[in-house]
Amino acid sequence: MNTPLLELKNVALGYDGKVLYRDVNLRVGRGEMVALLGANGAGKSTLLRCVTGTLAPLDGTVEIAGRPLEGIPRRELARLVSLVNTGMTMAGALTVRELVGLGRQPHTGFLGLLSHHDREVIDRSMEEVGMSALAGRQVASLSDGERQKTMIARALAQETPVMVLDEPTAFLDVASRLETMQLLGSLARTEEKAVILSTHDVASALRLCQRLWLIEDDDAGKRVIVDGTPASLIADGALASLFRGRRVSFDPSLMDFLPG
Amino acid sequence: MKESGYFRGVMIAVGLASAALFASLLFFGTSDVAPADVWRVLTGDGDEITRLIVVDLRLPMACAAMLSGMALAVAGLLLQTTFNNPLAGPSILGVSTGASLGVAVMLLTLGGGAAVGIGRYAGALAGALAGSAVILLALLAFSRFVRGTAMLLIVGILLGYLASAAISILNFYATEEGVHSFVIWGLGSFSGITKGELTFFGPVILGCVALSMLMVKPLNALLLGPDYAASMGVNLRAVRNWLMTLAGVLTAVVTAFCGPIGFLGLVIPHVARLTLNTSNHLRLLPATVMWGAFAGLLCCAISVFAGNGGILPVNAITPLLSVPIIIYVIVNRHKLSYFR
Repeated sequence: MNTPLLELKNVALGYDGKVLYRDVNLRVGRGEMVALLGANGAGKSTLLRCVTGTLAPLDGTVEIAGRPLEGIPRRELARLVSLVNTGMTMAGALTVRELVGLGRQPHTGFLGLLSHHDREVIDRSMEEVGMSALAGRQVASLSDGERQKTMIARALAQETPVMVLDEPTAFLDVASRLETMQLLGSLARTEEKAVILSTHDVASALRLCQRLWLIEDDDAGKRVIVDGTPASLIADGALASLFRGRRVSFDPSLMDFLPG
Repeated sequence: MKESGYFRGVMIAVGLASAALFASLLFFGTSDVAPADVWRVLTGDGDEITRLIVVDLRLPMACAAMLSGMALAVAGLLLQTTFNNPLAGPSILGVSTGASLGVAVMLLTLGGGAAVGIGRYAGALAGALAGSAVILLALLAFSRFVRGTAMLLIVGILLGYLASAAISILNFYATEEGVHSFVIWGLGSFSGITKGELTFFGPVILGCVALSMLMVKPLNALLLGPDYAASMGVNLRAVRNWLMTLAGVLTAVVTAFCGPIGFLGLVIPHVARLTLNTSNHLRLLPATVMWGAFAGLLCCAISVFAGNGGILPVNAITPLLSVPIIIYVIVNRHKLSYFR
């Protein structure tokens, strides 16, 4: 196998010396989309923050394209890993084009002036998510789905091999949620990126992602991250124990959880 | 592009209006001088007394008003973007009051009221810088623990009350003379600056404004919040320190020389956003500078021309002009794109 774009080796994670989970070994290859599933508070965001370099692991190493993340300078890291999450506050009065253009920041000079090449990348990024027609519109006037597409285009403009998305579909309606997931899957394939996203949308993740990472407690009550393809995780029951101790059960025919 | 044409139009209009206000402050004032005599002075002619009034009194006042407006407006914009809080500003966050406390310490306990000239301002300036730095450091520390727009403002207002309380205690123990000069200073005035002091005041403010222009890139990244900014390569700690230093120095310098002038820092960035309909600092920051200069000159003109022979305190004028705009912004926040 080629060098994976993202690899976690014997990683232990947690806050203030309190370990959430240890001995995490995960890898994501070129063109793969991975969904991170788990209950609220299981530690999804913690794992993603470790991948984006915001939170240093307590032990082990995170490697981006074979390079240890620890030694990579901030600006260079921004050319390797991009982020999309749900929060956004004061950018409503930017146009779609301006917002997508912010993604060029790791590539531009001190003043952030855009070159001809930068503009081409911005145009291409908007086109890939289908936002070209709305390029001149203000972000505040967009629907939630369009806004999230714009944020994804901004991450694309960053031209990073690894893309991390923290619950990118959390506030979207069913149609936008499916469109967004489909878009991310095809971007992973066509752009040969490694896409890692956390989500509560089990059904979409099973249908559209190559691999799933399940954060759950094992039989001994220890928190672990189970890695596998959708089919294997359904077959070996790992998915069924995602919400251990809760009043839900997994229905393989529906590919989703049901009450009871 | 249509957008840049509109931007240029706004900048030219505000620039022309500012120039008109600036000229009116040279030609008209509290002392009875014929505009024709002023013109003679400006063209290198005219008598000694008119020259004194125009060059040594009116010109420094107009410059001080313009520069203070710029400084407070830019400080307000830097604070709003750094804290991701459109209602932040040097006076509402207590930075101005902190600077006032520093000035009070120097004026009331060390300098007394008697010291005059640049020496007095050196003390006041040192005090103002220290005072605003303390408040900004406290705000940065608290901003890690408080989430949400309103909470940080309340912390700032509370810090301002703390500084006010300390000022009251200092006033209680100070000499009558010291209290008098401090109260006068606290009313806010652009007319206290001499030509000599302006050679310090002007370059410091223009320098800080120019440095802010170099921060356009990280300022735009911060519009998306700290997480996104960091993911795009922004060194959050360094950028925040820079922006806070610039905002602190701008506020402290104005406060030391002209008193704690309220509201301009909060309201002017909104005027700039409302007129340009953008949060892109590439246009927003220059527009804030222009609108700030205009607002400083407008407040100064009102204080002179409505003063009935005297000069009204600037701090009696700024709330009258600013508060309606701020209330408009708060009421309409769901319709304003830059709030969403």
